[in-house]
Amino acid sequence: MLAFISPWILGFLGFFVYPLLLSLYYSFTEYNLLQPPKFVGLTNYVNLTEDSHYLNAVGNTLYFVVFSVPLGVLTAFIIAFLLNQQLRLRVLLRMIFYIPIVVPISATAILWMWIFNSNWGLLNNLLALIGIQGPSWLGSPTWSKPSLVIMQLWLVGGSVLIFLAALQDVPRALYDAAMVDGANAVRRVWHVTIPMVTPAILFSLLTGLIAAFQTFANAWIMTGGGPIRSTEFYVLYLYENGFRFFRMGYASSMAWILFGAVVVVTVILFRTSARWVYYGGEG
Amino acid sequence: MANIENLTTGPVAQGRTVRMSGSAVGKAFAYLAGLIAAAAFALPFFWMVSTSLKVPGDVFISPPTWIPWPLQWQTYPEAWTFIPFFSYTINTLQIAIPSIIGILFSCTLTAYGFARIRAWGRDVLFFICLSTMMIPWAVTMVPVFVIFKNLGWTGTYLPLIVPNFLGSAFYIFLLRQFFLTIPMELSDAARVDGCSELGIFARIILPLSKPVLATVTLFEFNRVWSDYLAPLIFLTRQEHFTIALGLTYFLDRDRPLWNLAMAGNTMAILPVIIVFVLAQRAFIEGITLTGIKG
Repeated sequence: MLAFISPWILGFLGFFVYPLLLSLYYSFTEYNLLQPPKFVGLTNYVNLTEDSHYLNAVGNTLYFVVFSVPLGVLTAFIIAFLLNQQLRLRVLLRMIFYIPIVVPISATAILWMWIFNSNWGLLNNLLALIGIQGPSWLGSPTWSKPSLVIMQLWLVGGSVLIFLAALQDVPRALYDAAMVDGANAVRRVWHVTIPMVTPAILFSLLTGLIAAFQTFANAWIMTGGGPIRSTEFYVLYLYENGFRFFRMGYASSMAWILFGAVVVVTVILFRTSARWVYYGGEG
Repeated sequence: MANIENLTTGPVAQGRTVRMSGSAVGKAFAYLAGLIAAAAFALPFFWMVSTSLKVPGDVFISPPTWIPWPLQWQTYPEAWTFIPFFSYTINTLQIAIPSIIGILFSCTLTAYGFARIRAWGRDVLFFICLSTMMIPWAVTMVPVFVIFKNLGWTGTYLPLIVPNFLGSAFYIFLLRQFFLTIPMELSDAARVDGCSELGIFARIILPLSKPVLATVTLFEFNRVWSDYLAPLIFLTRQEHFTIALGLTYFLDRDRPLWNLAMAGNTMAILPVIIVFVLAQRAFIEGITLTGIKG
C-alpha cells in the first residue's frame, strides 16, 4: 500500500508538515527573504496584539464570517427546499444556481464591481425602479462589507447541491407519518425536514466557515481592502505583510493564529454537533 | 419537458423526491419562488452580456437599456486584444494540462492504495489525508512561497504544476469512493492468475473508472482555469499570466471600460460554462459525494 500512496505521502510531508513547521519557526523570527531569519521569540505575537490594522482585520473578518456564513446556509437551504418540490425545469434551475461557483473568482469580482457601481450599476438601477436611491456600495465604508456578503450569497451553489442530496434522502414515510399525526406543512419542515438535514447543515457551516475565514480574492480585486480599510480581511492583511512588505515572520505568526482559530472553531462545531446533528439509520 | 429531464438527469436527480404539500397552492407558490430566485441568480449574467454588447456611450446611462440595439459584437474582438487574451489562454492551458496529468497520476495511485489494499494504519492515514482539506491555504502560503523561491521556481509555472504530482486530498477522496464500488472479486481473481498489484491497477481498475477519471479531469481543469491566488503569488511576469489573473487588467485605469471588461469576462467564463453544461452530472455527483461523507 505504501508504494501506491507514496505520491500523497511525499506531498503531505512536503506541502503540509514541513511548511507548517517552517511557518511555526518563522513566526518566532524576523525574516525578509534577503537576510536569514532572526529569532525574536514572541515579539511578532505581542506586536500583533497592539497592531490596530491587525485588530481591524480580525474585526472585519468576524463580521464577514458572522453574516455571510449563516445567511449563506439559510439561502442554500431555502433554494434546495424549493428545488426539491418536483419543479419543472428543475435541472435548468439547479444549473443556474450552481454556475456562479464554477466561474473564476476574478471574473465574479469584476462582474460584481460593475453590479455595485453606484451610478450605473445593476443594483442601484433596480433600486431606482422602486424609488430607492442606493448607496455607493463598495465605495462606502458602511456598505462595503454588506456588499461582499451579498455577493457571497450568489456563491452558495455548492451548499445547494449538498442540501438537495440530503433532502432527497429524507424517507417519504416520515412525512406520511407526520401527516397522519396532523402536522401541518410548517411543522413538517421544522420537525422532519430540518432534523433530517442537520448533517448537511453541519457540513455547509464547516466548509463555509473555513472559506469565510480565508476570504481574499473578492476584496483584493474589488476594493483592495478599502475604503478606509473597511474590507481589509485577515488574509488580505496577511498577504500584504508577506508579499508586499516581505515581513514573512509577522505574516507567519498571523497564519498560525488563523490556523489555531480554524482548529478551535472546527472542534467546537463538532463537539456541539452531537447535540443538534441527527444521523439517520446508517450513521 | 419531462423527456429532456430524463435524458439529462439520470438516476441522481430522479431519486425519491418528496412532495411536501398536496395542496396546489403550496406547489404554485414554491414554483413561483423558485423561478424568482433563479431569475435573481441569472440576472448578473444577463447584465454582464447586456453590457458587453453596448457602445461605450450606452454603458453610462441611467436608466439603462436592458437590451442594447443594435448589438455591438465588435466589443468582443476589441476585448480579445485589449488584454492579450490568446496568450493568457495558452498560458493557462500550459498549466492546466500538466496539472491534470499530475493529478491523474498521483491521485489514482494513492486512491487505489487507500481503497483496495488492506494494510496496517491505512484508515488513520486516510483520515489524515482528508483532514488536510481543512487546513487553510493561508497557513502554508508563506513557507511554500519561501520553499519555491529557494528552489528558484518563482516566476515559472513549476510551483503551479509540480504539487499536483504529489496528490490532492479532494480527488483522492473522490477516486477512492469510486474504486470502493468495484467488486473485490475482480482483483482477487486477477491475483490468483498471477497479476501484480500494479497490473490490477492499470489493467482492471483504471479501465473501469473512466467516468470518475473524466470527472477529476473536469474539476481540475476548472480549478486551474479559475485559480487566482496561486498565480498571483508565483507568477511575476505579465507575459506568464493566466486568464483569471489577466482579467483584472480591464480594471487597470481610473474609469474601466465596462463594456470591454464584460466582454472579457464573458469570454473567460464561457469555457467553464461549456464544460459544466456538457458534464453537469459529473460535477454534481462529485460535489454531492463529498458532502455526504463530509
